[in-house]
Formats: sequence, structure tokens, C-alpha cells
Amino acid sequence: MAVMESENTSDKARGIPLPTGPLAMLGINIVAVVFGISMWALVTSYGVVGLPTPLAVARQAVIQAQSGLLWSDALASLGRVFTGFALGILVAIPVGFLMGWYKIARAIIEPYVQFFRTIPPLAIIPLAIVTMGIDETPKIFVIFLASFLSSVVATYQGVISVDRTMINAARVLGANDFTIFRRVIVPASLPYIMVGVRIGLGSSWSTVVAAELIAAQSGLGFRMQQAQLYYDLATIFVSLISIGILGLIMDRIVMAIDSVLTAWQEKL
Amino acid sequence: MTPKISFRDVRKTFDIAGRTAFTALEGLNLDIDDGEFITVVGPSGCGKSTAMNIAAGLTAPSSGQVLVDDAVVAGPGPERGVIFQQYALFPWLTVRQNVEFGLKIAGHNRDERRRISDHFIALVGLTDFANSLPKTLSGGMKQRCAIARAYAVNPKILLMDEPFGALDALTRVQLQDQLLAMWSKERRTVMFITHDVDEAVYLASRVVVMAARPGRLYKIVNVDLPYPRTEDMRLSSEFSELRNEVWRAVYHPAAAA
Ligand SMILES: Nc1ncnc2c1ncn2[C@@H]1O[C@H](COP(=O)(O)OP(=O)(O)OP(=O)(O)O)[C@@H](O)[C@H]1O
Ligand SMILES: [Mg+2]
Repeated sequence: MAVMESENTSDKARGIPLPTGPLAMLGINIVAVVFGISMWALVTSYGVVGLPTPLAVARQAVIQAQSGLLWSDALASLGRVFTGFALGILVAIPVGFLMGWYKIARAIIEPYVQFFRTIPPLAIIPLAIVTMGIDETPKIFVIFLASFLSSVVATYQGVISVDRTMINAARVLGANDFTIFRRVIVPASLPYIMVGVRIGLGSSWSTVVAAELIAAQSGLGFRMQQAQLYYDLATIFVSLISIGILGLIMDRIVMAIDSVLTAWQEKL
Repeated sequence: MTPKISFRDVRKTFDIAGRTAFTALEGLNLDIDDGEFITVVGPSGCGKSTAMNIAAGLTAPSSGQVLVDDAVVAGPGPERGVIFQQYALFPWLTVRQNVEFGLKIAGHNRDERRRISDHFIALVGLTDFANSLPKTLSGGMKQRCAIARAYAVNPKILLMDEPFGALDALTRVQLQDQLLAMWSKERRTVMFITHDVDEAVYLASRVVVMAARPGRLYKIVNVDLPYPRTEDMRLSSEFSELRNEVWRAVYHPAAAA
């Protein structure tokens, strides 16, 4: 998308009139994807790289979909992501508000947040498995951590960036601290929180797949890891594509929610 | 008659790390009568906003005090409405919701809120935009919304810090007239800060001229023009004499003693 947009603007700069409506853009998107898949088909039909053809992958996908394996894997991965992600957001938002609102809370919490932020969540997995066993808990914990850390910083940033005059405006209209918090701080920091939610969901998703590669009995990552043992490239492709599509869908859902919640924002 | 607002020896210093305290306001004494419209002009940094924020209760003075109706100001209160240069509307609320913000806090019920907001939104000419978000309004419309919001909670005093500073000359003049029209219908005590000498003379019954370093009251110019003010007055020789007097006081103050 980003590449296409920048190409689009440079075209404009050169004065070449191109259709830029949403429908035209979607059309170009589709053409680009079809082109990519054709290239894939072309390259693999000559056996150039030893990769499965799109047809083989599609066939494998249908088999997995019919056996129900694809759905149960996707559900297992999604279930982990949502549990960990929801917990992460649920804790991150109040903690972020606390850090933004009370300097004391900030001083206590910030060193931990900053420290753990520098550790990739995946690096916690060995520790989590040793201390929490090999069931769902360590995976959910790691996802929790991934989404918590990105959302807590975003929320806190949101609170401290609230315009002082906006707070003063509420204050001179008679608002007390609680009203200011609920009716000014919360809505004003919402755009920041949504950025954190979006990043948090993205990192949760990549974390869950990686965590399943390391230790799981189900899920898209686990399926790929199994397929790797049997040299089953088609299955690996099915899993990869499913991961990509599901990630994209989740991101678009968050973006749609965001554009509704922050429609009041003046966007450039 | 006791003054509505009374600055008594108000001093404000700011501590700047590593330097001696900076005096933003030096012993300000000023009485403003009930229902009076005063404007405050002075060079940038002379403490105009500081003085207004102290009266609003948003800043505490280093010494001295501001009295409103003989009571010492200790914090903000809905009897003192404030209008900021940057509008400070809540962007997630519509014009009507912005105007009703203070009414909700004051505990008015839905119907009352609606009635009051309708009234003031109509008074500032935004009826057609009552349900619009601030991002869809022009600067002048935003400031009118802010004025309606401040008026809605029925403050006895309006403190305005360069409210028209960001607007073009034409909009500015229109809003000055609207503000005066509103003020004559709904009389309030107004303290209006501006950089614009014309604006200061046109609006006020007294122009308070301040000087910088240290910030202090330099001169008070009485504007003996009757209200309502008109365009003819703005072009009269009397007006230009007053404007010249204020101008000289702002830009060429005699050296501080
Ligand atoms: N929070 C602060 N900390 C330090 N110095 C401050 C602070 N607020 C204001 N000052 C200083 O106090 C002086 C007066 O500031 P103030 O904002 O009252 O000026 P002003 O007359 O409103 O100027 P302007 O016309 O530019 O708005 C300035 O020199 C400013 O640097
Ligand atoms: Mg100022």
C-alpha cells in the first residue's frame, strides 16, 4: 500500500493523470495480487526453486479446510492471541492512565516498562516455559506481555500529550479532577491508545505464531513446524498465507474501529 | 460600589533553574467595576496572560491576591468564564455538546441544557452548525462556539486572552461587533487581552496598558465613547486620538524609573 501510494504521488508530480478513486485503487490492488500469483505460478511451473505451485497450495488448503484442520488451527492461534491481547490491553490502559496522571506511578512503573520493552517477547518464552509449564499459560503470558508493553506506552504518551489549554478549559467550566479525567483525558488520548492497540495486536500475532513454532500442540505455527519435519511445503504455504490473511483482517478491523472512534480528529 | 475584580499588589515570579527568579508581574493593582469592559494591551511578555490566569484561578500569584466580589480567588470557578486564544474546544464533541459541557457539570437536566445551548448557539449565529464537529468549523466559528460555551454557564465575569488573535482582520472586526452586541444584551464584566490597539480602543471603556521587564501596569486610558460602538466612531478623529495615545503608551513607554 505504502509503495503504491508514494508511486501515485510521484505520478501526480509528473502530471500524469491516473485514476485514484477508492474503486480504482482496489482494482489496482487486485491486479497487483493476480500478477504476483501469476509470477509465482510461472516460476514454480518451470521447477525453478522447488517451491509448490499455487495450485498445489490451493489443493492443500481445500483438503485442510475440509478436514477441519485449518479451522481448528486458526481458532487455536486466534484464541491465544485474543486472550493474551485482551488481557494485555485491559491491564495496559489503566496502568498507562495511572502513569500519565500520577508522577509517582510513572516513576515506579516506567523503569520496568522501558526495561522489558527492550527484550523481544519471544526471548521470554524459555523462562515462561520453565516457570509456567508447557500448556497454554506461557504462550498467553508472552502475548499478554507483547500487547501490554506496546499499549501501555501509547496510553501513557496519550495522557501526557493532552493539550494543557483543553484541561484548563474544562477546569474553568467547573470540572473537577475526575470529570477532567473521564471527559477530557480519556477521549483526548483515545487516538494514541488506538495506535497502541494496533501495534499491540500486530506484535501479539507475530508472537503467537513464533511461540507455536517453539512449543505448542495446535495452531498455525505448530502446523508449520510439523510440516517442516515432513518436508511438506504446501502445508507450510497454507499456514503462512493463513497467518498473513488473518493478520491483515485483524489490522483492518482495528483500523475500522479506530476511524469510527476518532472520526472527530483533524487528519491531514 | 465595590469593584467586581480587584488585583491587589499581585506579583508573580517564575523560578528558572540556574538563574535568578524571573519577575513576570510586579505589584499589579487594578480595579474593574461590575459590568465594565476593559481591555489590556502591552508588549509581548509583559504579563498579560499571567495576570489573566491568576484572575482565572489557573495560576497562583507569588504574592498579593485577586479578589472577585471581595472573595480571594483560590482556583477556577464557573462564575469566571475564560476564552482562550487557541479556542480550546473539545474536538470530539459537537458544537452543542461543547456548549453544554459546563451545563452538564453544573447539573442542569437535559431540557434545560438544550434550552440554554439553543439560546447561546443562536446568539453567536451557529444554529446551523449545532451538530457539527469543531474540525468542520472555520477559526471564527470555533471562537464563536467558545464564546457561547463560556456564556452558557452564566459567568459574571469573562476573561478573554487574545480571543481574536488568530483571525483575519475582517472576521476580527465582525466578531468584535458581535461580542459587543452580546455584551450589551447579556451584561458581564469583561477583561479582554489583545495585541491590537484598534481592538483595544474599540471594545473598552478603559484600556489598561502594561509594560514589560518587569511586567507592570503602565497607564490607563479612558475611552469616553458611548456604547453601542459603531463604524463611524471607529473612523472618528476622537477614536484616532485615543488610538494614538494607546499606541504611544504601548510602543514608546517612558523609561521605567
Ligand atoms: N510557566 C512559566 N515559566 C517561566 N516563565 C514564564 C512562564 N509563564 C510565563 N513566563 C514568563 O512570564 C512573562 C510573561 O508571560 P505572559 O504569558 O504573561 O506574557 P503576555 O503578556 O501574555 O505575552 P503575549 O502577549 O506574548 O501573550 C514572559 O516573559 C514569560 O516568559
Ligand atoms: Mg499571552
